[in-house]
Amino acid sequence: MACKKTTVPFSGTKEQEAALKEAIAQLKDTPGALMPMMQKAQDIYGYLPIEVQTIISDETGIPLEKVYGVATFYAQFALQPKGKYKISVCLGTACYVKGSGNIFSKLEELLGITNGECTPDGKFSLDSCRCVGACGLAPVMMINDEVYGRLVPDDIPGILAKYN
Amino acid sequence: MYRSHVLVCGGTGCTSSGSQQIMDTLKSEIEKNGLAEEVSVVQTGCHGLCALGPIMIIYPDATFYSMVKVEDIPEIVSEHLLKGRVVTRLLYKETVSPTGKIKALVDTDFYKKQHRIALRNCGIINPEVIEEYIGTGGYEALGKVLTEMTPDDVIKLLLDSGLRGRGGAGFPTGLKWKLARQNDADQKYVCCNADEGDPGAFMDRSVLEGDPHAVLEAMAIAGYAIGANQGYIYVRAEYPIAVDRLRIAINQAREFGLLGKNIFDTGFDFDIDLRLGAGAFVCGEETALMTSIEGKRGEPRPRPPFPAQKGLFGKPSILNNVETYANIPQIILNGPEWFASMGTEKSKGTKVFALGGKIHNTGLVEIPMGTTLREVIEEIGGGIPGGKKFKAAQTGGPSGGCIPYEHFDIPIDYDNLISIGSMMGSGGLIVMDEDDCMVDIAKFFLEFTVEESCGKCTPCRIGTKRMLEILDKVTKGTATMEDLDKLEELCYYVKENALCGLGQTAPNPVLSTLRYFRDEYEAHIKEKRCPAGVCKALLSFHIDRDKCKGCTLCARNCPADAIVGSVKNPHFIDTDKCIKCGTCIEKCKFGAIYKK
Repeated sequence: MACKKTTVPFSGTKEQEAALKEAIAQLKDTPGALMPMMQKAQDIYGYLPIEVQTIISDETGIPLEKVYGVATFYAQFALQPKGKYKISVCLGTACYVKGSGNIFSKLEELLGITNGECTPDGKFSLDSCRCVGACGLAPVMMINDEVYGRLVPDDIPGILAKYN
Repeated sequence: MYRSHVLVCGGTGCTSSGSQQIMDTLKSEIEKNGLAEEVSVVQTGCHGLCALGPIMIIYPDATFYSMVKVEDIPEIVSEHLLKGRVVTRLLYKETVSPTGKIKALVDTDFYKKQHRIALRNCGIINPEVIEEYIGTGGYEALGKVLTEMTPDDVIKLLLDSGLRGRGGAGFPTGLKWKLARQNDADQKYVCCNADEGDPGAFMDRSVLEGDPHAVLEAMAIAGYAIGANQGYIYVRAEYPIAVDRLRIAINQAREFGLLGKNIFDTGFDFDIDLRLGAGAFVCGEETALMTSIEGKRGEPRPRPPFPAQKGLFGKPSILNNVETYANIPQIILNGPEWFASMGTEKSKGTKVFALGGKIHNTGLVEIPMGTTLREVIEEIGGGIPGGKKFKAAQTGGPSGGCIPYEHFDIPIDYDNLISIGSMMGSGGLIVMDEDDCMVDIAKFFLEFTVEESCGKCTPCRIGTKRMLEILDKVTKGTATMEDLDKLEELCYYVKENALCGLGQTAPNPVLSTLRYFRDEYEAHIKEKRCPAGVCKALLSFHIDRDKCKGCTLCARNCPADAIVGSVKNPHFIDTDKCIKCGTCIEKCKFGAIYKK
């Protein structure tokens, strides 16, 4: 779970900070609330840069290294911002045996980025994911909430064109 | 009173293929035709036949339409619902016999051998309406337990039924509850493992999406049996539909007084909270899951102490899997003898499997324990597409193994699967054919474990990494036979020394492929050849001069300009330039390009 430092400067707004503080206040008395708080924070900011982790630490009194430890442990917490269109390709077994590896390579080739990265214009980010549970449609990829199933590599340019 | 009910599947598979738009169009078409008072549209959970989604069933005659498109809706409404004429072209083809007669769904090959207990309500009721669950006998088991039985009765009943954990390891559920009951504490917890992490497995998701109340009811029963009044469901955040339906179900149960204080006026309190996972496979392990609910890094810890002594927040706790819970209300209502009458000697009841990979009917099936792999793959699953030959069935995900054809007739149960080097796991069943390379599959699973290893213990963190490196050498043709021996030795070492189930079972995919497909490993090493034609480093692409018509299509599409030749003359691939992307094979209309 390597975490490269992001090069994108943090640009949180006052409203986002207020929303986060309110969410933290609501969850404060729940046992084991750190993860739900961080999930809320990621909903608000889209990712969890060190600045957001610091707010959580300051508000709860949980040491920053604990917050960072949790943030880097779970695959779903992103320390880097995602693209406007988040592409995730399922590399679960059912999709893999039906050729999702080739779909992933095609995306890497067309977008010029690899797993976990974002295109320089901030438009697309590419991730591999584990089983979205739509194994009947294998191989599957998702762009934001849209699911594309029964893919062949030749479908990819046409699908990406829809977002350009 | 409605004269007809239209059931539309709203599981993840069908939603991904557009069932929500179908629901919306259906409702507006029904409105347009003035049928809103007569026909009701119901969104249900999964029917199991995900490959044919989106699925729609129209009652009272149970007409089963598959692969329905939005464009088909006006015809279904005007023909079927208005005029009473079945739209035959949309019928699931298995329900139409050669003579044109329509068979009942339960008589088709896919459903005939299934027996649905955990999936009893999936695809039948609307999971977002508690009355529908109550209407099918829901919460009766909880009522019976609270008013007629002591906690010890409940535990005895479960022990007698022979129910074993459906999460994979198969620990007797009644025994787990008994151990937690024996430990006195001011606070105990009931947890539900809905962190279904095995790639290619979606049984638990379907239960949560199709029948969430069954899980809530069983957790309350567990709370009564062990003396707990708080439950937690730890569910994958990747399952948004399941999370939504659980939230709805919990709120409805609270409104109805089926969760909360003084349930059924018996003085028993029980409530349930949801916790969302954040994408860590190791959190499916019981101690790691509990650590994660506590809001920490989800690392496992050594056992003992077992969770029954010191679990969540340091209190006695039990953890069961979704499918295990889904069985319990039915066992309470129908009795332990009923449940124990199904299955094999040591594995009772049924098991849900998610069929995937190279098989016609991908989807969800629930079969009695003891059904053979042949029945599941050939009869229920409809066999392998494209006339290809079966090579292996993979069960148990990254903890399981690959089962070869020689064990096709073995009855599926916990102990048989372990004896042939695999395991039940949570129920993923991926079929592989002659085009799949078993070394590549072993490597695929190892890549998964290496990435998901939490890093706490050395055998798993470093051992799996070293194993992956050896496998990588095999797939590149640079390994020696000594490497193979080292790999096997390392497998046993990791198996014996890893801290938790993840590491202890991580070598299984390697060991089982070494056991049954050693010749494939040896072909990679000795002959530098991948028999299935998967491992790219060992392949080269060639053009059959007799078949090539010189159409130039391959040369024009080759991204590396590796194909040379003039129009109407056989072409040639420069293997030094070739990047083995396979584009030429896809493009060639004459089947003239092959790899070896």
